[in-house]
Amino acid sequence: MRESTIMKIHYGTALAAVALVAVHILMRLTQGFAESLEYENVLANYKFIPYAAMLELILILLSVHGFNGLRVILLELKQGRIYEKAVSYGCLAAMIGLIAYGSRTIIMTNMGMV
Amino acid sequence: MAQVSSISNEQTSPTSKLITLRISRFNPEHDESSGFMEFSVSYEKWTTVLEAILDVKKHHDHSVGVRYSCRQATCGSCGMIINGKPRLACFTKISELNSDVVTVEPMNNFPIIRDLAVKFEKLFDTHQKIKPYLIRDDTEIESNEKEFLQSPEEVEQYIQFANCIKCGLCNSACPTMATDSSFVGPQALAQAYRYVADSRDKGKDSRLKIIDDSHGIWRCHFAGSCSQVCPKGVDPAMGIQLLRGYMLGFRS
Ligand code: HEM
Ligand code: SF4
Ligand code: FES
Repeated sequence: MRESTIMKIHYGTALAAVALVAVHILMRLTQGFAESLEYENVLANYKFIPYAAMLELILILLSVHGFNGLRVILLELKQGRIYEKAVSYGCLAAMIGLIAYGSRTIIMTNMGMV
Repeated sequence: MAQVSSISNEQTSPTSKLITLRISRFNPEHDESSGFMEFSVSYEKWTTVLEAILDVKKHHDHSVGVRYSCRQATCGSCGMIINGKPRLACFTKISELNSDVVTVEPMNNFPIIRDLAVKFEKLFDTHQKIKPYLIRDDTEIESNEKEFLQSPEEVEQYIQFANCIKCGLCNSACPTMATDSSFVGPQALAQAYRYVADSRDKGKDSRLKIIDDSHGIWRCHFAGSCSQVCPKGVDPAMGIQLLRGYMLGFRS
């Protein structure tokens, strides 16, 4: 992928995350902090599909943004063909891994599997 | 090489004052690490750092390695770190430094040839890589008009960036250059903008493609150090942001 395409995604995910994280925080402010972390409330949040979908979206946006940011840091730290390939594919794998693991949590909780 | 030679230069005029000039010495062929040599040098209000170094070469130690040519901030040869900041030695007066000690070191982010002289090969390579010339199929000879005319507004788009003297101070100040050995650097990026913004040029797409690489324009993180040190007012950081405008679709 072209670097400019990657960076457009990087900036786009950052902007979208600002908006969605704001909604996420506002939703949390509807209850007290401790109350919001109670077991039943956490489960209820995941079962509320629009909110669970938004959490899933934040997970994807920040994983893409964060691991691409990590790729950038690592590319600037050291150079070399093999190293750079390892960094790029490593970050992509970690990104997919984190999204898969987070999605698993969201989907399982949503479907009442815990 | 912790050598200190303090040879006092005789005061030559009643208005002259003395400073300690600390010169970084390093010969990669036989030195393990760099060290400083100190010289006591007299200066007038108008004495430049380059003149002080040449004074040392003339009277105390002719082996000090330094590159210079024009002595008037035009050739771009005499860039070095003066009291911690990248500057042109011929364009920096000792009196403006407000210090009794003047320390000169080779520019950062460049391999050292000897003492204050650094290798410019990579800077020239990256400069060439961005195609620093007008690209178009026709020529002024073929066209009906005698020359490709530009309005003052069109000239204004790029003229500031055409002042670059390839001194490398911006690359020396850039924090990305310090860690990313493949980064194209602010000097070349500012020149890419200079030609892309020129109304006579038709090479925008090919140039943008060259800098749209994993060690290209996107590795600039808006530190702005390049523009702070540029002795010609080029403002490479602004050039980079304007170039980004083309790549993100805000400019065409
Ligand atoms: C939602 C608020 C956020 C915004 C507006 C934002 C914005 C940005 C921008 C504009 C850059 C590019 C900086 C540059 O090129 O110099 C960047 C880089 C980066 N971001 Fe974010 N970001 C946000 C959240 C996050 C989060 C939550 C993470 C961690 C998961 C993260 C990790 C990174 C990393 C690792 C980099 C690369 C470092 C760098 O380039 O300086 N960001 N971010
Ligand atoms: S942009 Fe300025 S600092 Fe950089 S090489 Fe050109 S003249 Fe020197
Ligand atoms: S000697 Fe030419 S720029 Fe300083």
